[in-house]
Parts: sequence; C-alpha cells; structure tokens
Amino acid sequence: MIDKRYRGVAEALAHCPDLRDGAVVLVAGFGDAGVPVVLLEAVSELGLRNLTIVSNNAGSGEQGLAKLLRSGSVSRIVCSFPRSAGSVAFEALYDAGRLDLEVVPQGTLAERIRAGGAGIPAFFTPTAYGTELAAGKEVREFEGRHYVMERAIRGDVALIHAATGDRWGNLTYAKTARNFNPVMATAASTTIAEVRRFVDEVPPETVVTPGIFVQRMVEVGV
Amino acid sequence: MSAGLSPDAIAARAAEDLPDGAYVNLGIGMPMRVAEHLPAGRECIMHSENGLLGMGPAPAPGAEDPDLINAGKQPVSVLPGGAFFHHADSFAMIRGGHIDVSILGAYEVAANGDLANWALPGAKAPAVGGAMDLVAGAKQVWVMLAAHVGKDGAPRIVERCTLPLTGPACVNRIYTDLAVIDVTPDGLLVTDLLEGTSEEALQAKTGARLRFAPALRRLPQA
Repeated sequence: MIDKRYRGVAEALAHCPDLRDGAVVLVAGFGDAGVPVVLLEAVSELGLRNLTIVSNNAGSGEQGLAKLLRSGSVSRIVCSFPRSAGSVAFEALYDAGRLDLEVVPQGTLAERIRAGGAGIPAFFTPTAYGTELAAGKEVREFEGRHYVMERAIRGDVALIHAATGDRWGNLTYAKTARNFNPVMATAASTTIAEVRRFVDEVPPETVVTPGIFVQRMVEVGV
Repeated sequence: MSAGLSPDAIAARAAEDLPDGAYVNLGIGMPMRVAEHLPAGRECIMHSENGLLGMGPAPAPGAEDPDLINAGKQPVSVLPGGAFFHHADSFAMIRGGHIDVSILGAYEVAANGDLANWALPGAKAPAVGGAMDLVAGAKQVWVMLAAHVGKDGAPRIVERCTLPLTGPACVNRIYTDLAVIDVTPDGLLVTDLLEGTSEEALQAKTGARLRFAPALRRLPQA
C-alpha cells in the first residue's frame, strides 16, 4: 500500500540520500506565506554543509530559512528578492562574504524550476534582455524580438508547504500560500511536503499537486 | 512655484486611463493606490504576481489572513471572480502578454522608454523581484513618479539612463506630479500639464527634449 505520510519531522528527513552535503534544496514560499518553516528548522539541525538554496526570498527574522542560514549549512543562494524587511540572517552572511548570491528575475526563477520539472533543459525568455542580469548569456532573435537563454533548475530536495494532503501525496494549498510550492514539487529528486492537515482523500477534481511529484509528507498543524 | 499633484491625484489620473475590463498589475508602493481611484462603473482585475487575480483592498484590522498577501507581502483580500494560481502560471500571464497594463515606480526613465527601477549604486545585496518580467511582458508599461525630479532636483526623466536597466525601450507612459508624458517613437510627448506650470518650466526639470501635444490638457491643482 502506498503511504507517503511520516510520523514526525525527524522521520521524514531521516535516511534521505538526496539530503546531503552539497545538495541543491528548493525552498518554496513567498514572504511568510507557504514557507515550509517546520522542515527548514529541522534541516538546520542536521549539520549539513555547502547547501545551495533556491528560494524567492532569503528569510526574515530568525525563523525558517533564516534559521537554516544561521546554522552555517548554506554556501550559495539563488534568489529573486533576498534583501527585504527583516532579512538580517541573509545580510549578515552576505555582507561577511560567506554566501554566494545569484539574483534571478522572479518569473525566470519560476520558469527555470518549471522547466527543470518538465524535462526542458533550457529556454528563451524576453525577461532581462538588455540588462546586466543577461550578461554572458546566449541571446537569440525570434520574430524580431530578443530573448535570453536560461537554464533549467532541478533540486536534489524540494521542501514545500501544503494545506491538505492524502496518503498518495495529492496536495492542495491555501490562497496565495500556493506560490512556488506546486512548481518546486515537480523539480526535485525528493520532494518533502509539510502539510497543515492530512485528509483521507483529496477530491481528484481539487488536487493541485498530484501525488506523483511528492515522496514524503509530514503533518504540521500550521 | 506651485505644489505638484499629490500621490493620490497622480494615481487617480492614471486610473482614469485604465480601460474597462483590463487586467492590471500594480507595483509595490504608490502604484497600489491606483486601485482605490478607479472611476465608478469601471471594472479592472488586479493581478498580484505571487498568485492572485482579483486582488482587493487590505482587510479590516483583525481580519488579516497570513495565507492571503500581495507581492509587497501585505495582507489583502480577494474579490468575487478572483483566482489563485502558482508562480509559473502567474508569470506565464505576465510574459505571455496577458496582462494589459503594468504600473511601476522608477528611479530613471529615458526618452526611448528605457527603465531603471531595480538597482541603486552602493546597494548592499541586489534584489530584482518581478520587475524585469513585468516590463518585458505586459502589453503596456506605465511609470508613476511621485516627484518629476529627484530629491536633489536632478531630472529622473532623462536622455539615457545612468542606472542599471530593468528593461530597454519598455515604458509607454509616465505619470508625474506635474505632467503625463507619452513615450513615442519620436520621443517624449506631453499630453497633460499641471495648471500653473509652464512648458518651459517642465522642460527645465526634464533631462530629455519634450514635445507638447496640440490639445494639451491642463491638470487642476488640488
């Protein structure tokens, strides 16, 4: 019988070969909405090194992603808007030269991850053409317009937050807490979901992330 | 010298130009006020790039929902007819040309429509967000400037941008506290001018050559 539900957070992270030193970890959320805070704080206790984080923001306050950054586990971050109100943990590391930063336009970030999950290695986008974020990238002209080649992003692990989930891994989200979650779920070798509430079955018509994209789940109540 | 239009008056002037039925993305800050000034009977659907169409005003104190925020991470509401979607879909709407108007702030706008609004010299960590996607994808890009000139009196509408570009030749119209200016293939065309401000005075505050529409509209002072 398929059952992707784990008893607790520690169990959901244990014996996971993709969660290792040097791993690329996709971290969903936008601002404080839809962030897998419980998973991030548990990962920060694992003593991992040289993680690359892919995330729209770089955490705020001392919770969630900020706590993972403070743990010293992260050496690189791929991000659209790292500097924002309360991003003190990020700023401390970045200003000390201890964190590599790749800034990516938000839609390009989403599409690079979508492409990664869809088996598309690269694509052309009009975004950032003629700007310094396109420096060194291949440019091609299609029908009189210029486009920049962008490479797909895949993660070893994706950490996501969902509203409801069933034992098959089918997920729904709450309002704008959806954001990067369904996209990142498709693009990692192991997708681990923290779920507000387990249900017997997510009605098939309302499934947002089909369970094929989800390997592990834990109920977190928040 | 007369005072310029207030931010609300600038927002109201821009709102007047939004067609009924338009899908509109409003940038963080002053552009958000446009939603409060739509003329009676005009229905525009506001898009927030974190995955919301039909964005409504901030909820009453105490009614905020942490799962329902806008691109500025502030609590918002959802209006009847609204929809939630993930980030890749949200930016497909933007890049795919489905958003009719994007209204943003700016540091500099050039006579050819070049826009600089994401990076300032000496800023610690860069952060770009969705601006580059919006200016590359929206059918119309409008810029709002609370002040026609910078705090030091230097023009913000210039012949060539000196700051890093958000996008080349992307701006269609500029709304300031003194004027409304169309960006045309022949350069900048002033369509509206604040009462009590002369054409010469506006030109003196602008770093690129202005032309004035024959049917120049005078904007009333508050």
